[in-house]
Amino acid sequence: MTDPPALKVIGVTVRFGGNVAVDDVSLAAQAGAITGLIGPNGAGKTTLFNVISGLQPPTSGAVHLEGADVTRLPTHKRARRGMARTFQRLELFGILTAHGNVKLAVDVRARADRDIRAGVNADAEAYALLERVGLLDLAHMRADSLSTGKARLVELARALAIRPKVLLLDEPASGLTEEETVQFGAILRELAGEGMAVVLVEHDVSLVFAVCDVVHVLDRGALLASGDPSSIRADQRVLDAYLGDAGVPG
Amino acid sequence: MDQFLIATITGLSTAGIFAIAASGLVLTYTTTGIFNFAHGAVGMLAAFSYWQLLDWGLPTGVAVAVVLLVLGPLFGLLVEAVVMRGLFDAPETSRLVVSVALLAAALGLGVWLWPVDESRPLDFWFEDNFLGILGVRVRWHEAIAFILAVVVAIGLRVLLRSTRAGVTMRAVVDDRGLASLNGARPGRSAALAWALGCSLAALAGILLAPAQALSQQTLTLLIVNAYAAAMLGRLRNLPMTFLGAAVLGLLDSYGFFYLPTDGRFGPYLSTFRFAIPVVVLFIVLIALPSARLRTNAARRRLAAPRPTWFTAGFQAAAVVGGAVVLAIGLSDADALRAAKAVGFALIALSLVPLVGWAGQLCLCQMSFAAIGAVCMGHLGQGGNPWALLAGALIAAVVGVLVALPAARLTGIELALATAAFAVILDRWIFAMPDIHLWGMTLSTFNRNPVPVDRLSLPFAGTLTTKGLLVALAVAFALLHLLVVAVRRSRAGDLLLALRESPAACATLGIDPAGTRLAVFAFSAALAAVGGGLYAGTLGSISPSSFDLFQTLPLLLLTVAGGVAASGGAIFAGVVLGLIPVVGATFAGIAGLLGILPGTMGATLGRNPDGVSTQLAERLAPLRSKPAVLAVVVVVDVALALAWANDVLGGWEASIAAFLLPFLAARGVNATRAPRTARLADPLDGLEDRRLGPADVSAIDEALALAEVTR
Repeated sequence: MTDPPALKVIGVTVRFGGNVAVDDVSLAAQAGAITGLIGPNGAGKTTLFNVISGLQPPTSGAVHLEGADVTRLPTHKRARRGMARTFQRLELFGILTAHGNVKLAVDVRARADRDIRAGVNADAEAYALLERVGLLDLAHMRADSLSTGKARLVELARALAIRPKVLLLDEPASGLTEEETVQFGAILRELAGEGMAVVLVEHDVSLVFAVCDVVHVLDRGALLASGDPSSIRADQRVLDAYLGDAGVPG
Repeated sequence: MDQFLIATITGLSTAGIFAIAASGLVLTYTTTGIFNFAHGAVGMLAAFSYWQLLDWGLPTGVAVAVVLLVLGPLFGLLVEAVVMRGLFDAPETSRLVVSVALLAAALGLGVWLWPVDESRPLDFWFEDNFLGILGVRVRWHEAIAFILAVVVAIGLRVLLRSTRAGVTMRAVVDDRGLASLNGARPGRSAALAWALGCSLAALAGILLAPAQALSQQTLTLLIVNAYAAAMLGRLRNLPMTFLGAAVLGLLDSYGFFYLPTDGRFGPYLSTFRFAIPVVVLFIVLIALPSARLRTNAARRRLAAPRPTWFTAGFQAAAVVGGAVVLAIGLSDADALRAAKAVGFALIALSLVPLVGWAGQLCLCQMSFAAIGAVCMGHLGQGGNPWALLAGALIAAVVGVLVALPAARLTGIELALATAAFAVILDRWIFAMPDIHLWGMTLSTFNRNPVPVDRLSLPFAGTLTTKGLLVALAVAFALLHLLVVAVRRSRAGDLLLALRESPAACATLGIDPAGTRLAVFAFSAALAAVGGGLYAGTLGSISPSSFDLFQTLPLLLLTVAGGVAASGGAIFAGVVLGLIPVVGATFAGIAGLLGILPGTMGATLGRNPDGVSTQLAERLAPLRSKPAVLAVVVVVDVALALAWANDVLGGWEASIAAFLLPFLAARGVNATRAPRTARLADPLDGLEDRRLGPADVSAIDEALALAEVTR
C-alpha cells in the first residue's frame, strides 16, 4: 500500500454570493515533490490556499492532510499538524525583528510539540533558519524595514520554523531579484529533497517550470490542466488562457 | 388583552425610534467604515439643543427643522472634517478609540452646556391629541415616530441603491483607491454620510426625549440600545436592522408591562428592563458567526516600547520616590487626592497588555475594577490585603467568561460586547439585592454603598492617608515591573504579533482565541487589584464609581498617554488627579475640563502612539550619559525637598522638576558629535529640471549602483 499524499484537496468549491471563486477543484501534493499552481489573476489560487490553510471555509469539498480530514480544523490546529504557509500580501510582524518573527514561531512549535520540548534553543534555531535563507546579517532589522524580497525570505524562514510537512508558498518570488530567485529555487529543491511537500503559487512561470515536479493550472476557479512542466508548457488550452508566448520553448 | 395591545403598540413606536437611530449608525458604518460610538451622544446633544431652542421661544416646527437640518448635519460635517478624515488608514483600534473619544467629548459638552442640576421638561408633539388604533389610545407623537421610521427605511434604501451619491458612498468604503480612480470623491462622500447619520441620530434623540427626563447619560444609553438592532444586521443589512429594532422595542415594552416588581423575584427582575437591550446585544454578538481571521490591513503601525530592566527599574523608583515626596509635602486631603490618582493609574495599567499590545478594545475595565473593589469591601474587612488576590482571581474568571464569546469577534463587536457587559453589571446586577442560592449569599452592592476599609499591612498596621499614597505607588511600581516582564517575555511578542496579524499567528500554530482569553484574564485580574486598591481611597463605593461612563475617561486618557507602556497609565492618573485641582483653582474652566479626556482621545488620529511614548523618545539621550542622569535626579530631589520645606511653591517646583530632564536631554543631544556625516541626497536640487546623463551617473554613484550597461 502506498502512503496517502501529504496534501489532498477533494472537490473544493467556494462561492461568494453569486460568484464562484473556486469551482470543484481536486488536486494532491506528494511529499518530496514541488507542486506548482499557476493561473491568471483572479483564477482562485489564493482563495484555494485560504481554504487549504483554514482561513476560508469552503462551500463544499474537503482537505486532507497526510490522510486525515482537516476540513473542520481551525488554522492553528492545521499548523500544529504540519501545515505552513506564506502570504501573497506580506504578513510579517512588522514590529518585531526578522529574528523575532522566526523565534516566535520556533517557540510556539517547541511548546506545542512536547516530545522535543526539552533542549530546544529557540534563539539558535531561529538564527540557523535565517542563515538557511541567507539573511543572517539582517537578523536584527525590524521586519517592516526590510525590502519586499528580503521580507518574503523571512516569511519563508518563519514558515519553516514550524517544521512543516506541507509548505504553501503564495507568490514567494515576487519582489526577488533574478539572482535571489535562482537561490530561492535551489532552497525549494532542497526542502523537497528533505521530504517536504511544497505547493507553489507563482506568476514567475520560468521558476515554476524550473523547479516543479507537477503543475496545476487554474482558470476562473476551475482546474484547467494538470501534468508535468513540459506537458503544461505545450498544452494549447494553457497557452490560450494564461501562458501565451511564455509557454513556447526557446 | 388590552394591556398586551397597549404594550405592543407602545413597543412598536419605541421600535421606530430605535430603527431610526440604528439606521443612522448603519449608514455611517457602511459608507465610511467607522463605527460611530458617539451616535447616542449626538442624539442626546440634539435633544438638549431642541429643548434649548424651545426654551428660547421658537415654535416646535422651527426648532425641529433647525436641529435636524442645520445643527445635526453641521455637527456631522465638523466631526468628519476635524476628527475622522485622517483615520481611513489607521489601525482599527485607533479608529474605535477616536469614536469612543467623540462619545466622551459629546457627553462632556452636554454636561457643560446644560448643567445636570436643572429639570428640563419636554412636551410630546401634539400633546393633547390621541389616535385610536384597535381601540387603544395612541399618542400622535408615537404614531409619527413609527411613520418616520418607515419613511427613513424607504429613503435610505433608495439613497444607497438608486442614487449616484449612495452608490459612490458604498464604492468608497469597498475600495477607496479604486473609487477615487473612477472619479469618486471620498472626502465628499464621507461628509455626506456623516451629515446624514448625525441628522438621523438627532431625529431619534428628539423623538425619544419627551418620554424621558432629559438626562445626558440616560438619553445617550437609550440610543446606545439601538446598537443592538444594528448588530443584528452586522452593521450592514438595513432590513435586518429594522427587524432588530422591532424585536428590541417590543421586548423593552413587554418588559416594562410584564416584569414583576414585587414578590420573590421582583427585586431581581425590576431593574432587568434597563438591561434588556444590552442583554439582547450581548446575545446577538455571541450568536454571530465567527469573523474571519484578520490579515494585516493597517498601513500605520503603533509603537510598543520594550524597556530595558534598567529603565523599568528607574521608572519604578521614580514613581515611588515621587509618591514619598508628595506624602511629605502634601496636606492629608491632597495626599488622598493623589492616592486616588495613583489608584486610577493602577486600573489604567491593566489596559496596557490588553489594548496596547493585543489591540483588543475593552470597554468594561471599570467593571473588572468593580469586582476587585466589591471583594475588598466584603472580604477585606480590616484592610486584609488577601482580598485583593481573591478579587483578582474572581475578575480573571469573569474576564474569561466575557472574552469566551467575544474572543472570536472583530474589534468593533468586541468593544460593543464589553460595553454591553459593563451596562448589564451597572444597570442590573449591581442594582440587585443579595442573592441567596443553595445556602450561599452572593453580594454585590445590595442597593447600598459598600464601605471599604483602608489597607492594613503586616508590620505597618492600618495605613494613614500618606501611607496609603506610598503603598499605592509601591503597588504601581511592582505591577509596572510585572507588566514589563510580560512585555519582555515571549508572551509580549505573541500579543504584538496577534495585534498585527491574527491570520499569520494562526498559520504558525498560535490559537488567536485562546491567546485573547489569556490576555483578558490577566488584564481583568490587574484591573481588579487596581480597583481594590482604588476603592480603599474612596472609603465607600457605589456602582456609579465604576460604570461604563467611568471606563471612558480611563481608556481615553491612557490611550492619549500611550497605552502600549506604563507611561500611558501614569499620564491617565496624573491628568485625572489634576482635573479637580485645576478645576478648583480656575473655576471658570471647570466645566470645560469634562471634555478633556474626550478631546485628548480624539487627537489620536494625529498622534497614535500617545504622549508618553513621545516624551520617552525625547528623554532617550539621557540613557547614554549616566552622569547627567544622576545630576538630573539629584537636582529634582533637591527641588522636591525645597518644596516640602516651603522654600519653593508647588507649581514652580513641579514645573522645574518636570522640565529639567528634557532640557538636559536636549543638552546631551546638542553636544553629541554626529556619528556619521549625512549622506548627500542624490536628488537634491534636481526636482525642477530634466535629468541629463551626468545627473544619472551622479545618482548612480551616490546610490552605489553599478553602471547600467547600454
